[in-house]
Amino acid sequence: MNDNVEKRRSERTVDDVFAQAMAEPDIRGRSLWVDAWHRLLRNRAAVVSGVLMILIVLAVVVGPMIAPWAGDFTDWDNTSSPPSLETGHWFGTDAVGRDILVRTLEGGRISLLVGLVATLVSLVIGVSYGAVAGYYGGMTDRIMMRVVDIIYALPFMFFVILLMVVFGRHIILIFVAIGAVNWLDMARIVRGQTLSLKNTEFIEAARACGVDHHSIILRHIVPNLLGVVIVYVTLTIPQVILVESFLSFIGLGVQEPMSSWGALVNNGAQDMESAPWTLVFPAVFLTVTLYCFNYIGDGMRDALDPKDRA
Amino acid sequence: MRRLTACVAVLMLALTLIPLGGCSDEGLDFGVRPENRARPVELVLLENGRPDPSVLAEEQVVRRGNGEEPSTLDPHRADGVPAAHILRDLFEGLTTISSSGQIVPGAALRWNISRDARTYTFYLRRDLSWSNGEPLNASDFVYSLRRALHPDTASASAAALLPIANAREVLAGELPIEDLGVALLDDEFTLQITLTGPTPYFLGLMASPVAYPVNRRNVEAFGELFSMPGNLVSNGAFTLNEWVPRTRIVLEKNPLYREARDTLIERVFYIPVEEASAEVNRFRVGELDWTSEVPSNQFAWLQKNYPDELVISPWTGSYFLGFNLTQEPFVDNPSLRMALILAIDREIITDKVTRFGERPSYSLVPPGIDGYVPFTPEYADWTQDERNHEARRLLEQAGYSDANPLHLEIRYNTSGNHKKIALAVASMWKQVLGVSTSLVNEEYRVFLQNRQQKIVTRVFRAGWISDYNDPYSFLELFRTGHRGNDYGYSNSTFDALLDEVGTERVRARRERLMFEAERVLMTDNVIIPIYSHVSKRLVNPHLRGWQPNVLDHHPTRFMYLLRSRGALSSASPSAVDAVSQAASVEAEAPPPPEGALPSPETAGPQADEVDDEDSSERIEQENGEGGS
Amino acid sequence: MRQEGLLQLAASRLIGLVPTLLVLITISFFLIRLAPGGPFDAEMAAPPEIRANLEAKYHLDEPLLAQYFRYLGEVIAFDFGPSFQYKDWTVNELIARGFPISATIGGLAMLLAFFAGVLIGVFAALRQNTASDYTVMGIAMLGISIPNFVVAPLLILVLAIYGGWLPASGWDWTWQRGLLPVVTLALPAIAYIARLTRGSMIEVLHSNYIRTARAKGLPERTVILRHALKPTLLPVISYMGPATAALITGSVVVERIYSIPGLGSYFVQGALNRDYTLVMGVVVFYGMIIILFNFIVDLLYAWLNPRIRYDEGE
Repeated sequence: MNDNVEKRRSERTVDDVFAQAMAEPDIRGRSLWVDAWHRLLRNRAAVVSGVLMILIVLAVVVGPMIAPWAGDFTDWDNTSSPPSLETGHWFGTDAVGRDILVRTLEGGRISLLVGLVATLVSLVIGVSYGAVAGYYGGMTDRIMMRVVDIIYALPFMFFVILLMVVFGRHIILIFVAIGAVNWLDMARIVRGQTLSLKNTEFIEAARACGVDHHSIILRHIVPNLLGVVIVYVTLTIPQVILVESFLSFIGLGVQEPMSSWGALVNNGAQDMESAPWTLVFPAVFLTVTLYCFNYIGDGMRDALDPKDRA
Repeated sequence: MRRLTACVAVLMLALTLIPLGGCSDEGLDFGVRPENRARPVELVLLENGRPDPSVLAEEQVVRRGNGEEPSTLDPHRADGVPAAHILRDLFEGLTTISSSGQIVPGAALRWNISRDARTYTFYLRRDLSWSNGEPLNASDFVYSLRRALHPDTASASAAALLPIANAREVLAGELPIEDLGVALLDDEFTLQITLTGPTPYFLGLMASPVAYPVNRRNVEAFGELFSMPGNLVSNGAFTLNEWVPRTRIVLEKNPLYREARDTLIERVFYIPVEEASAEVNRFRVGELDWTSEVPSNQFAWLQKNYPDELVISPWTGSYFLGFNLTQEPFVDNPSLRMALILAIDREIITDKVTRFGERPSYSLVPPGIDGYVPFTPEYADWTQDERNHEARRLLEQAGYSDANPLHLEIRYNTSGNHKKIALAVASMWKQVLGVSTSLVNEEYRVFLQNRQQKIVTRVFRAGWISDYNDPYSFLELFRTGHRGNDYGYSNSTFDALLDEVGTERVRARRERLMFEAERVLMTDNVIIPIYSHVSKRLVNPHLRGWQPNVLDHHPTRFMYLLRSRGALSSASPSAVDAVSQAASVEAEAPPPPEGALPSPETAGPQADEVDDEDSSERIEQENGEGGS
Repeated sequence: MRQEGLLQLAASRLIGLVPTLLVLITISFFLIRLAPGGPFDAEMAAPPEIRANLEAKYHLDEPLLAQYFRYLGEVIAFDFGPSFQYKDWTVNELIARGFPISATIGGLAMLLAFFAGVLIGVFAALRQNTASDYTVMGIAMLGISIPNFVVAPLLILVLAIYGGWLPASGWDWTWQRGLLPVVTLALPAIAYIARLTRGSMIEVLHSNYIRTARAKGLPERTVILRHALKPTLLPVISYMGPATAALITGSVVVERIYSIPGLGSYFVQGALNRDYTLVMGVVVFYGMIIILFNFIVDLLYAWLNPRIRYDEGE
């Protein structure tokens, strides 16, 4: 989808003057990134989402530090109590008297962390795998892609569950397991990009200068994949957060007293009628976050895709 | 293979087929929600304790939510509570359970117990028959007990039958099946069972599924498929009519059952519903008359919205945490263990966390089991402040302080209730003792393995729900080397006391011995008692005849549905409430028809020393708590 | 020429089937047996004699490799063995009973998602960056922003319990009981498809041949339906392959909350109960379905491939 982006960028890297000459003269001085940034700023949904996201991240990071309650503090005088200013539990409490507001903020930390780290894991695997396959091409490529095809047909959610069952529910494992599920798409996209990149002049120039393959991949190819990678990351994070919440649903999520939005929402959903506050507040945070990531991701894709500029 | 191909074909069909076919499930149409349902008429009983026909509903069909899908309907291989509920309707053992949870004669009319309590002689009723009309006699029981213990049957629940002489050797394949201590005596209607040693709960055991008779010809004809609808021949109040896995099991009244005249329910639907909340939902739209449980967080809400339907009653179960005595810091450290026991405010846990009327407990055996009064430790009478004070002193004495803080771990298996209790306990230890506790939540099978291996566990979720109305079934778990002893507890005094309990036949003395054993156990601080269980469910107020009982066994044959009040009759709310409350059901419910039978006289001439109340039952596979 | 291509494709998929399934079986077989705890663990440990009998009955007493090859042999014969947990049923029977239900619900959900998603996507693309674009897409995106374990109980509460229009849960092949599961399952798919369609449609609308078509003065309706829609669907089709495979094999969440006896909960149940045969049976079956659907997607792709069409057109 982003062939053109990549081509434009690589040309700039090789020969800025040449690339700009190819572009219209009046945008001289506006690099592709500045260009994309301006386009992103024009996308109102993405901007609003960005601002909201910053607020949420701030709340999640700072909130628990300044909150009057600790996340694991059990207020025996107010178990399952509805939101109230008097008790100091603005979002109410759960069945053992823990403050929902603090739990939601702390859960947000875990959810965002899982989303981020798992995505990074899949990114590292996917980008290196795809870049290597695409760059070397030929037999290597065919075998590596054959392997991807085979793995693609494996029911990967099953493996996440099996991994959790075999190795227990460590939070690191959740990162790795989810990350390991998600790298296949990335590998395919990156391979495609790399294939088209590797025959460009600047890679050939580098090769002619005697730069070894390792450096070419790391220094020249991978950086040029940045655009596609960013879009991918913003669209994968919400998926990962949802996968984590699914794991919480089947009882394989994060360990108490840690929590995540998924786990909180799952608990709340069971008492939807009797204690709606345990559902509503974490659910709003979760939903808003997922919305924001999706809008930001869409916005970035539009911004980085020049076809859209018609 | 053909099936799989068929699947793919069906899939193709499914993609094109929009209107779904319509085989309806009679009796299961969602309809009247409980709050819109007319109130039942007032119950009128006849002299024999049965309801007056004029108050009965025209259609006697009961729909029972039943938790998980039963593992199998082969009584010998079944395990788990859901299967047991269904099997109790389908079959009847030598003894059986009355609506109030007492042991009463079943297929056997009476029995003798030898003086050494090792030989049981059962005298069967002579007019019994299978649901296919074939006569049923003692040889059927011989065949069935042998089958249950046959190595090829590979029954997990057969462990309960190990008290029978030679059972272990037969299971291990070391002795031929004929050597099992089960034999016909004199005629086709007398059965003698020899035991390896006194087994206080043996009569109860004979009422449990693993001791039910199966029809030999039927089993031999169909093999493992004998328990399928159409094949299954049973001897209980109902027969198996339909089984759609994970959808419904339908039983029909068995006209050949010995008490068919008194069985009023014509058809029973057992509906498996895995999620407690889904079960409540189906109850609320009127699809179920009975739920197997209710979600654990919703007491206040249910109490407010379904006061007439919510039924809570004591259950033969204790919830406690266990110490692993084989690992530091708990090896030979009773004062540390005592400190941890004292620092827990049980009233907070039952009042604010579990909230379904569980009773705070200070000992192992739950109250209300067969009249036994559990041991009460001294601290039970203290205020929580006094306990906390003493706890801090003991902790210090054990060598822990701010400079040398204690860090603990509570291990439990995934489940809402375990999590809440572990959280509460950890929080109390932290607030009272400054002990930091991490929670280790494990998936059920992992948890079981760890608990049994006794290596990584320190403090762990324990507890026991017995299907036995006998304190012994709780105490024996703590015998040295018992397979339920996940605590690594070993005390020869305790073991010796339990040995005595096994042979003691005078009720008062037996109780004193058990009390003494419990005292030894509780003074050794092996477990952290938390509360005693209650059973909780929603029941259609029209459904009567059953009684809350500590075993939570509710055979359908005692039940019946009341007619609704006509639109004209002005229901006085107070009267409605009075009859629909669980407590009054207990008060009003008819005595079970067999209630008069099991007196010492009928139990046989040689059994006069044996208090009939001694008969308690135990079904090992039903030991609850489980599930993930 | 084209037919040869298809044959080649089919052949390569068929060849790919064997290693894929083998990898799948091998990994799952050893992983599930690596999991701590066994199928016969209970609250109280079984005595050794009974454990031995159970293990002998299910061949768990053999060396692991022997068990593995035994299993491979059985799989070749399409015999997945008896379930440990549902003792009266074989895994084949459980799959044969569960799959039609899951497939019906999943298939209908996918059908609904396809039409609704494409409709929404096209609608939004044609009004790109207007208020109606934002509104429609915003609503569709709810499907991937609220977990379905919240949506499902909410629908039950409102429509079944408060409204009284539908049953609360359960299954009996009537549309009333199918409606909510289908809708719940379709919501996220609608969101994905709408998004894919919208993006793809916008791209197609800016391509040269659409401009040409418009320049020729063709009516807008013809341009969209006859020329733009087909290439727009390409990314949707490639999404739908694996997604359909996932939907028709059942969703744990939907099946649990709506008490549907489909295939979806078997895997999780089986894994948690260490029901080895059930886990393996479901994994193999699912693997085959995925391969089948990837193949269908390839076929559809070849059929829809714009290059072939454009070549013909130009």
